[in-house]
Amino acid sequence: MNIVGKGISKVDGIAIATGKPVYTDDLVMSNALVVKILRSPYAFARIKSIDISKAEKLEGVECILTYKDVPNIRFTSAGQSYPEPSPYDRLILDEIVRYVGDEVAVIAAVDEKTALKAMKLIKAEYEIFEPVLNFEEAEGHKTIVHPEEDLHCNFDIGMKKDKNIVSSQKVEIGDVEEELKKCHVVVEETCYTQAQAHAMMETYRAFSYLDHTGRLVVVSSTQIPFHVRRKLSRALQLPSGKIRVIKPRIGGGFGGKQTAVAEIFPAIVTLKTGMPAKIVYERKETFYCSNSRHAMRLKVRLGADREGYIRAIDIQGLSDTGAYGEHASTVFAVAGSKTLPLYNKTKAVRFMGNVVYTNKMPAGALRGYGATQGTFALESAVNKLAEELKMDPAEIRLKNLIKEGETCLTFDGNLLGSSSLHSCIEKGKALIGWNEKYPRREAGSNKVRAVGMAVTMQGSGIAGIDTASAEVRLNDDGNFTLLIGATDMGTGCDTILAQMAAEVLEVSMESIIVNAADTDVSPYDPGSYASSTTYVTGMAVVNAAEELKKQIMRNGARLLEVSPEEVEYDGKNVRTIEGDKAISLEKLAELLVLGAGKLQLVGNATYASPVSPPPFVAGFAEVEVDKETGKVELLDYVAVVDCGTVINPNLARIQVEGGIVQGIGMAMFEDVRYDERGNLQTNSFMQYKIPCRKDIGNITVAFEESFEPTGPFGAKSIGEVVINTPSPAIAHAVYNAVGVRITSLPVTPEKVFMGMRKAGV
Amino acid sequence: MQIEFAVNDKKVTVEAGIDELLADTLRDYGMLSIRKGCDTSCCGLCTVWLDGKPILSCSVLSFRANGKSITTIEGVQREAEEFAKILAAEGADQCGFCSPGFIMTVLAMKNELKNPSDEEIRHYLTGNLCRCTGYMGHLRAVKKYLGVV
Repeated sequence: MNIVGKGISKVDGIAIATGKPVYTDDLVMSNALVVKILRSPYAFARIKSIDISKAEKLEGVECILTYKDVPNIRFTSAGQSYPEPSPYDRLILDEIVRYVGDEVAVIAAVDEKTALKAMKLIKAEYEIFEPVLNFEEAEGHKTIVHPEEDLHCNFDIGMKKDKNIVSSQKVEIGDVEEELKKCHVVVEETCYTQAQAHAMMETYRAFSYLDHTGRLVVVSSTQIPFHVRRKLSRALQLPSGKIRVIKPRIGGGFGGKQTAVAEIFPAIVTLKTGMPAKIVYERKETFYCSNSRHAMRLKVRLGADREGYIRAIDIQGLSDTGAYGEHASTVFAVAGSKTLPLYNKTKAVRFMGNVVYTNKMPAGALRGYGATQGTFALESAVNKLAEELKMDPAEIRLKNLIKEGETCLTFDGNLLGSSSLHSCIEKGKALIGWNEKYPRREAGSNKVRAVGMAVTMQGSGIAGIDTASAEVRLNDDGNFTLLIGATDMGTGCDTILAQMAAEVLEVSMESIIVNAADTDVSPYDPGSYASSTTYVTGMAVVNAAEELKKQIMRNGARLLEVSPEEVEYDGKNVRTIEGDKAISLEKLAELLVLGAGKLQLVGNATYASPVSPPPFVAGFAEVEVDKETGKVELLDYVAVVDCGTVINPNLARIQVEGGIVQGIGMAMFEDVRYDERGNLQTNSFMQYKIPCRKDIGNITVAFEESFEPTGPFGAKSIGEVVINTPSPAIAHAVYNAVGVRITSLPVTPEKVFMGMRKAGV
Repeated sequence: MQIEFAVNDKKVTVEAGIDELLADTLRDYGMLSIRKGCDTSCCGLCTVWLDGKPILSCSVLSFRANGKSITTIEGVQREAEEFAKILAAEGADQCGFCSPGFIMTVLAMKNELKNPSDEEIRHYLTGNLCRCTGYMGHLRAVKKYLGVV
């Protein structure tokens, strides 16, 4: 291969790095109204009265909207393929406010200062209700977060809204209780994962305007332009054909922008006023009024026989979706579906539990999408089981993990198409120095060093649902335009998808022009999420490019007056195999668009996969713990990755390093705290610490390539799987250091210190 | 109030409120590389040079820049591109939203530190947050740029 597998620089790299104006807020027209949101100060209340008369009179205020001014149609902000599994439980503005930060009024003015001044002039009175803040008390609480009758589910997700249950799930194969009874050793672990923030550097933002035909155009920093269009259409009761959504460059998403957080507010202002309007979320709003990872409690029971084979896995969970049910049922399901297949010597497995509403910021999609939570719980339990069985934690995994060509109880007879996880573990052990360092070594006065490990899997797209289309057009000048609806949010998919097209068409990267994403222009793609882009959109691009290549050869042959079997194509010319006649790509392109009866060539394809092949990671942490203070320092992290064929090693490596560091943040720093009235206290980078470059130690990344038979050039996904191992591996290392088992994230010095004191260390 | 300063070596006079932040004034003036990422002076996105020294433009009142010289990444495109190519070759450009502030700090560091160690590099750049890359690619790119491999 000439282009796939090469560490090619991102096609947009120089422009975005050197500060060119290519992001949403750089493109806003200067006369756009500035939109600000008045937000609820209460966790649960009804708006008794709202007086906007003084604010409306303020010079420069163009529009103020309250719940009385919006369509009475419930929708979901979750970006998912239709029919969305998330309940339609939102109004643009509602008489009931369900968390501190819920929207009360939309204010649009000529500038920010005026909008903020107007906000202060709005007088709202509330009837305050008792909120449900503790998700473990939500089920059956006397407060019902969603009492409304018009809440709608597209299909049964196990909702019992009178009990605050959004979704109730149970998957059991075999008889778990019976198998556990037969086991030689049974361990139990109850783990808590926090509502991690995405903390992408570019906060939520969008602007809108009416075009020359009166259509609503929304430019948004989004991962999901087509889903946004569908949501706006429903929420605004505007025909979809009247809406266009454009994605420019995006300053990070991490799943946060898989929820349509901000677009609706400027859009409704534009519709009401006819004027362009923009919204830019403040950092504080992004922390407390958008979405986060679902906080979960996961109780795991593992049973093993005398030989150390894991025979039963039981995971019972509870997930906190906050005030609205975005991604509620699906994130929870993934906590089971992307963990149970790992250990396939089981005779019975079960995953069950509920997702509940509370009066806190809604949760949503965040890189890992439940697998992160599930991995922390399951891998913590596997580490505990290894200790009980007096086995090396790497050995128990090598003995029990699924291998290529095998199946597992939840795979319904399907075989695992590719895996090099066992070699990932072996390589990771060597890179971290496991045999020398496990479990611990004293490191001078009061310091101890130890290692820990975890493994994980994710998916590659949503099997049978994620469906991407791609078009490749031969332009009149012999270059190609690759049209995709996938959304490069910094990940580099515009580049790697162009690499795939260039590889198939045997041309250089310079010959491929990438266009994405604009709902008026791009072929349909759900957007970049669920680890789908390389694998699902990638296959669509490969198929479209191959289709175009066939057309080029067919048309070349026709113009050379030979049969298609008699020509070959090398990216520059179509020539006869005998070599006597040839036509250049440029000439062919020109002739195809010139004169009567001609047809410009376009290859297109639509692709969905019946399977979602898992990428794998083996993660290893080495920490140093101060026995006096409980301070944990991460010295080294080793991640060995099986993402199938690596399409672009430089971009893949950065995906891994970035995911590992985001995972380190979740493992060690990113604490989420609410006060007793439901105010998020950790609402800035001063309180919510994400890793800086001095916090992360050294990170070593290696790839153990497998070949996924259903993937483009053998590739699987990489974006999400890389965030899952740090939490369990670091917690394991800390346990090995000082014997304190932290089961509630993050692993803070306080928890380690208190744990040591309790244990008398 | 009227503020006179030099932006990228060009003398300009702008109108700014008494409580206006330099980041907002510069962005309004058309320096669209200036972004606010945190509102609490801790992310480094809005880094520019004030009389040659890197500062957070979100933490400086515009009138404080009166009579002074401001450099944004728009004014050092040649140097920025030289480093950006190395950064992109590492794949460490990612979303790019933090890059202008980060690169302004890197260029300042190049002037200030001679043959810095890994620790000194991390320390100098620690105020520039990035959520995409995991920082290791930044470190590799900076070392290549400085020739301190």
